[in-house]
Amino acid sequence: MTVLGVREMGEWALLFDVRPADRHAVAARLRQAGVAGVDDVVSGESGVLVRFAPGAHIDVDALRAAADVAARDREVADVEEVVVPVRYDGADLGEVSRLTGLSTRQVVERHLAGTYVVAFVGFAPGFPYLDGLPPELQVPRLSTPRVRVEAGSVAIAGSRCCVYPGATPGGWRVIGHTDLRVFDVAASPPTPFEPGRRVRFVEAAE
Amino acid sequence: MIVVEQPGLRTTVQDRGRVGLAHLGVPRSGAVDWYSAALANAIVGNETDAALLETTLTGPTLRFETAAVVAVAGAVADVAIDGELVQFGVAATVSPGQRLSIGTARDGLRSYLAVAGGIAAPPVLGSRSSDTLSGIGPSPLVAGDVLPIGAAPFTSSTPFAEKDGLPSKAMLGSVLPSAGRAVRVVRGPDAAEATMNSLCSQVFSVSRHADRVGVRLTGAMVAGGGEAATAGMVGGAIQLPPDGAPVVLLADHAVTGGYPVVAVVVAADLPIVAQARPGAALRFRAVSMAAAREAWAKVVEGLASAPTFGR
Repeated sequence: MTVLGVREMGEWALLFDVRPADRHAVAARLRQAGVAGVDDVVSGESGVLVRFAPGAHIDVDALRAAADVAARDREVADVEEVVVPVRYDGADLGEVSRLTGLSTRQVVERHLAGTYVVAFVGFAPGFPYLDGLPPELQVPRLSTPRVRVEAGSVAIAGSRCCVYPGATPGGWRVIGHTDLRVFDVAASPPTPFEPGRRVRFVEAAE
Repeated sequence: MIVVEQPGLRTTVQDRGRVGLAHLGVPRSGAVDWYSAALANAIVGNETDAALLETTLTGPTLRFETAAVVAVAGAVADVAIDGELVQFGVAATVSPGQRLSIGTARDGLRSYLAVAGGIAAPPVLGSRSSDTLSGIGPSPLVAGDVLPIGAAPFTSSTPFAEKDGLPSKAMLGSVLPSAGRAVRVVRGPDAAEATMNSLCSQVFSVSRHADRVGVRLTGAMVAGGGEAATAGMVGGAIQLPPDGAPVVLLADHAVTGGYPVVAVVVAADLPIVAQARPGAALRFRAVSMAAAREAWAKVVEGLASAPTFGR
């Protein structure tokens, strides 16, 4: 059984509790399986939310079956990794160096060495929460969030890394910037950061 | 074509919102009082999810460059064409060069102006909705904006019968504060029994922190708040942060949230929250999932029988 539990989130949505290892494959499968009435499938930390069109007939068994298939064929869900070129010129790089006891160059090298996966996308359209930050780079959020963080800022906080898609307020510590278009309404899909996708940072050429 | 002369306090274009992109962080958006929006659209003969204008407290003044059939539903306000009041919730024709204005709401918060053919603003990611959280879609109206109108779903020769476009007062007012209804909720995924009882036995009031993203309640506290694993959210979810002041999520809510969801407002009653302005009292009443779905079916049935222009 891939689905460990099902909880109702109002009358037109279900939260599927699944093992962390199954989460992305299950979400991708439920999105693509074409189960009638499914509007949205949203990955979270502890499960997958399935939103239905109001009035839809909700076929929980069909969704459970699709989840089982997804867990079995997990490798099918693997897609090309996203490569993010970064200039390590962030305003908080020095402070991260101080907090971690590493030199700024070591911070950069550890960050480049990480293998990241999009845990989920939230906060703002295309804002990826990336798992896989090396433990020695874990630092707390800023005690006072910045009113404005520039688009393309690459930042870290806690056990995660992120890339800001647009200029927004933000409390993560900025270590660098990328010119990659993180979110573009004219692109399809509008962001490369789909939950479950692997991400690699490379140092941008000067 | 419509020219915006005065935008009103905050007027946006809305339809049913963006579907299928929540996993990429794109909020659903769409009309917060989906019922009144659907009703206004039905009255002018549109599909119920056609793009229309959503006002906030005080409506706009618009100059029509082309003839149009219009209707206003939702929050009750004076609606005038060239200064002459027209009946609220009834289809009216506007001639080229005429001005339509929507005044300040007397009952409710958001009025919906539907135009036969819909507002034909360019869709972004599959929707014409203005998402105030992320900035996707058309910006809130400003003076000088020009709004295209879509092709009307009927021909100009369609006879305009007397009875057309006359929904009952009860139908127009069913989600407004004057109806005095408790908001039906179902138990949330993170709720203990005691939390539901606490939520449903107190009277809350809408705080100043109330917009298209959500409504923070004040006036009473609910125990059991805290933090929760980040999870996908839905409109109507009632989050309970550690301070015990519940927050009801509305259309522009972020796709994920990190507070426990103690209850969810049933879809049929979410418009009641959308029409409650700061200071308004809100009460909640727990219902079963079956009752919630039945309530939805009943509302949809009512909308299907709404008097419609030109059909």
